[in-house]
Amino acid sequence: MGKFDKVDYLARLIRIELSEEEKELFSSQLGDILGYVEQLKEVDISGVEPMYHPLPITNRFRKDEVRPSLDRDKALSNAPEAKDGFFVVPKVIE
Amino acid sequence: MMTISEIQDRLRSGGDWKEIRDSFLRRIDQLQEELKAFIPNGIFSDAEPEADSGSLYGVPIAIKDNICEEGKLTTCCSRILEGFRPPYDATVIKRLKSAGAVLIGKTNMDEFAFGSSCETSCYYPSRNPWDKERVPGGSSGGSAVAVASGMVPVALGSDTGGSIRQPASLCGVVGLKPTYGRVSRYGLIAFASSLDQIGVFSRNVEDSARVLQVIAGYDEMDSTSAEVEVDNYLQYLSKDLKGVKVGVPKEYFEEGIDPEVRHFVNNVRVVLQDLGARCEEISLPHTKYCVATYYIVATAEASSNLARFDGVQYGLRIKGRNLLDMYLRTREAGFGPEAKRRIILGTHVLSSGYYDAYYLRAQKVRALIKRDFDQAFTEYDVIMTPTSPTPAFRIGEKINDPLAMYLSDVFTISANLAGLPAISLPCGLHSEKLPIGVQFIGKAFDEKTLFRVAYAYEQATPWHTKFPRFE
Amino acid sequence: MDWEAVIGLEVHVQLNTNTKIFCGCRNEFGAEPNTNVCPVCLGFPGVLPVFNQKVLEYAIKVGLALNCRIAGYTKFDRKNYFYPDLPKAYQISQYDMPIATEGWIEIDTENGPKKIGIKRVHMEEDAGKLIHGEGASYVDYNRAGVPLLEIVSQPDISSPEEAYEYLTTLKQIVQYLGVSDCDMEKGSLRCDANVSVRRRGEGKLGTKTEIKNLNSFKGVKSALEYEIRRQISALESGETIQQETRLWDANKGITQSMRSKEEAHDYRYFPEPDLLPIKVDSSTIESLRSELPEMPKARRRRLVEEYKITEYDAKVLCLEKEFADYFEETARLVKNPKKCANLMISILAEQLNQRGISVKDLAVSPEQLSELVNLWDEGKINNLVVKQVLEEMIETGKPAGAIVEEKGLAQVSDEGMLEGLARETIEKNPKVVQDYRSGKKNAVMFLVGQVMKATRGKANPQKVRQLLERLLEEGVG
Repeated sequence: MGKFDKVDYLARLIRIELSEEEKELFSSQLGDILGYVEQLKEVDISGVEPMYHPLPITNRFRKDEVRPSLDRDKALSNAPEAKDGFFVVPKVIE
Repeated sequence: MMTISEIQDRLRSGGDWKEIRDSFLRRIDQLQEELKAFIPNGIFSDAEPEADSGSLYGVPIAIKDNICEEGKLTTCCSRILEGFRPPYDATVIKRLKSAGAVLIGKTNMDEFAFGSSCETSCYYPSRNPWDKERVPGGSSGGSAVAVASGMVPVALGSDTGGSIRQPASLCGVVGLKPTYGRVSRYGLIAFASSLDQIGVFSRNVEDSARVLQVIAGYDEMDSTSAEVEVDNYLQYLSKDLKGVKVGVPKEYFEEGIDPEVRHFVNNVRVVLQDLGARCEEISLPHTKYCVATYYIVATAEASSNLARFDGVQYGLRIKGRNLLDMYLRTREAGFGPEAKRRIILGTHVLSSGYYDAYYLRAQKVRALIKRDFDQAFTEYDVIMTPTSPTPAFRIGEKINDPLAMYLSDVFTISANLAGLPAISLPCGLHSEKLPIGVQFIGKAFDEKTLFRVAYAYEQATPWHTKFPRFE
Repeated sequence: MDWEAVIGLEVHVQLNTNTKIFCGCRNEFGAEPNTNVCPVCLGFPGVLPVFNQKVLEYAIKVGLALNCRIAGYTKFDRKNYFYPDLPKAYQISQYDMPIATEGWIEIDTENGPKKIGIKRVHMEEDAGKLIHGEGASYVDYNRAGVPLLEIVSQPDISSPEEAYEYLTTLKQIVQYLGVSDCDMEKGSLRCDANVSVRRRGEGKLGTKTEIKNLNSFKGVKSALEYEIRRQISALESGETIQQETRLWDANKGITQSMRSKEEAHDYRYFPEPDLLPIKVDSSTIESLRSELPEMPKARRRRLVEEYKITEYDAKVLCLEKEFADYFEETARLVKNPKKCANLMISILAEQLNQRGISVKDLAVSPEQLSELVNLWDEGKINNLVVKQVLEEMIETGKPAGAIVEEKGLAQVSDEGMLEGLARETIEKNPKVVQDYRSGKKNAVMFLVGQVMKATRGKANPQKVRQLLERLLEEGVG
């Protein structure tokens, strides 16, 4: 299978910057992989329900009861940047 | 080189957990440098039991670096989780702690469990203790190495497409992937949510059963964990397999399999029959679609699961000109090439216009793969296959050929797609002095039969006594 | 040329459960930043969502109240996109199997009642809150994981007035169910609008725009009015409408294109693997149906019938459930429910407004209010005094009778004394009397005012007027 030409678009959509070499490499590797998965097209799937979960369980609920929240210092302790009890990010441009 | 029952014997005869811990720590100290089983700063020499008693009291255990332990570095061997110390314990960690286990360190792995060789770790590759030029398998390579080299008696790993069983096979130890839903995933950093399952590395089947006994069971924090009673596994370890029916799927012995692997796995049939089991050839017709199905389902879920690593709440952040730039740079620097490749692939198969052709279709094929097993299990108690088509390959051999790497999981993936329990145990030594593993796949929640068959086979053969030697 | 608008509204309602939708953190407005958070709602790695059953119950109740079909099988999906207020970089929402579909509500329009279709109702989690500062933005995740219902109407709304009426009716229904306070100021109700225009009679829909940043019902109306005008004049001058998102600027009174290089959205929805599907059986639905309170429309009808009040009064009383509850509790204790309705709609509502409180914050009980209504109804106090007494009751909590007595506010009904005062007033104002006699009949009102003043407002002005008119006709003065 040939090169895969959506690498640039997808990488941006999923917020990963790629070098030119990576784009080149991934285009050909993903082309191969997508070529390999083409074989699924030969399977007759008519009338088959997709299997989103391995177990046939439904209705798993929680009661509407309050549980202790995390101590704020702990919540923020892993943050790359925090101030006055907030997580801080670069200004969002609207 | 103690097993859990040997540790317990020693404690009963007046031994001290500290002595036991320190003897394992000495072993770690001696071998870590050359084998790299643990992550940097991931060996806790002051670890102690957090309960006064329990079925794993004083038993040192190593934990794969994708299982959250409160206050301990947990990074999935990825730069993107640099410095991350979770403010919570995974459910399995809680259970191990209350059983008195000694959590001795975090083991090396492929970044986010993306790999079958332990080479994609952001720290260093781990090395196979049987041949240091070879990979230990992956993704839970560090845990396999730690057990195989005697650094710990048991370790936890996670298995999404073979990440416990394949390294167990390549390192010559026992590797168990329980039924999906048997062990809580709470606190396991997700790779593919509908496939991931935490499991056990050990030197023998009995220890595997002992650890599963502790970590198995319903957890209200994991909606996908099952409310199915946990059997008393040790009760089922018998040396006799009368009446057990073993299916041997022919699709697992076709092209691409090393002749010596085929030879040893075929020998397992003979042993099982001698023990009273009946082995018959069966067919699982959708087997050839497993790898393709898996790489669509697993990467799709992974692309979404790994989106949260964006430099806002935790982990790595690379400064940028603005928010978008920060995201792009952080994720560029934080993820290695295999993670990027899989995230991009997974994004593609879910994207508008491709969802039906890839993701939806794969989930339907998955249903057919499961149906094959359901059918087989109406007649057979377990299914027997090789764990890996080849013994350990050389470091660097497949790292630049993702598709070849993916195909090394060809025999282990089906159990994850179908959610079934499976165990790998040693069944031979290759002429290159490398271990070979056999895999048993069981019915959902029927780990007891897996243990029964595996134990009987193990006790009838010498393979579980063979370990790599070090000068 | 004659144009018509086609409007659809997307309303987000925060549910007032105790806890968030997928974790046990408190669902509460106004807490210190990042204090109602845990690893789950912060999107920490490895943790998993567990669904709050109350959310399902509330969603089904709303679906039933909106006359929807409730799904027998429903599931959650992930909606993937990056934004700092979204901790996991995906929102757990519902995509192709929402909990409720195909409903309708009836609104009042100039041309009578009109049905507006409800396309779907789905459950999802709210995002956190971003505060934009100098050079940085600050994130508070207290709101992340608060349960939301998204209620999407069919494009059946044809005017800004109808949109306003739709929102009022919807809010009323949801409030009656007691599942949300629907307070737009606190953000517990939010609304986006889709609008397009077309020439009347044209079958094809025009290109629509989506309007965001709507902060009040009035704002929705004004924004739609503006946007419809803008689209019509653009089309009439030969321009085309861009399909885009526009922000309402309430200060300038205009909508503006977001203009940011809006990247193509591709949310990559797929079934949430961490949550199991939900089966809703008919017995669950029926038992929730039986718990539904009386809905506003039905209550209006009943109030008219039961208390013999006007349609208009019933509608106003029923706007808020608590208000209607309070009315009924009071009305049951009085002789004349009409008077009670009057008092509540005119005098009590004004008092509540002035104080910025709701009827549930009121210190005056229905029993206490009923005493006031009866005093008024029996003519023991007059219209002017009612207000004064009510104010006093609200402030002091004293019973109406005691206040009337203490302050001597009882209506003066001593005919002899009133006649004396009237005669006195006529004599003191010969010029006014002259005006009256020369045909300026209104001049009597001045005299009424004087008598009222002399009784410190306690006389019945109606009676005073009749008395004065009789005396004047009799030739007094």
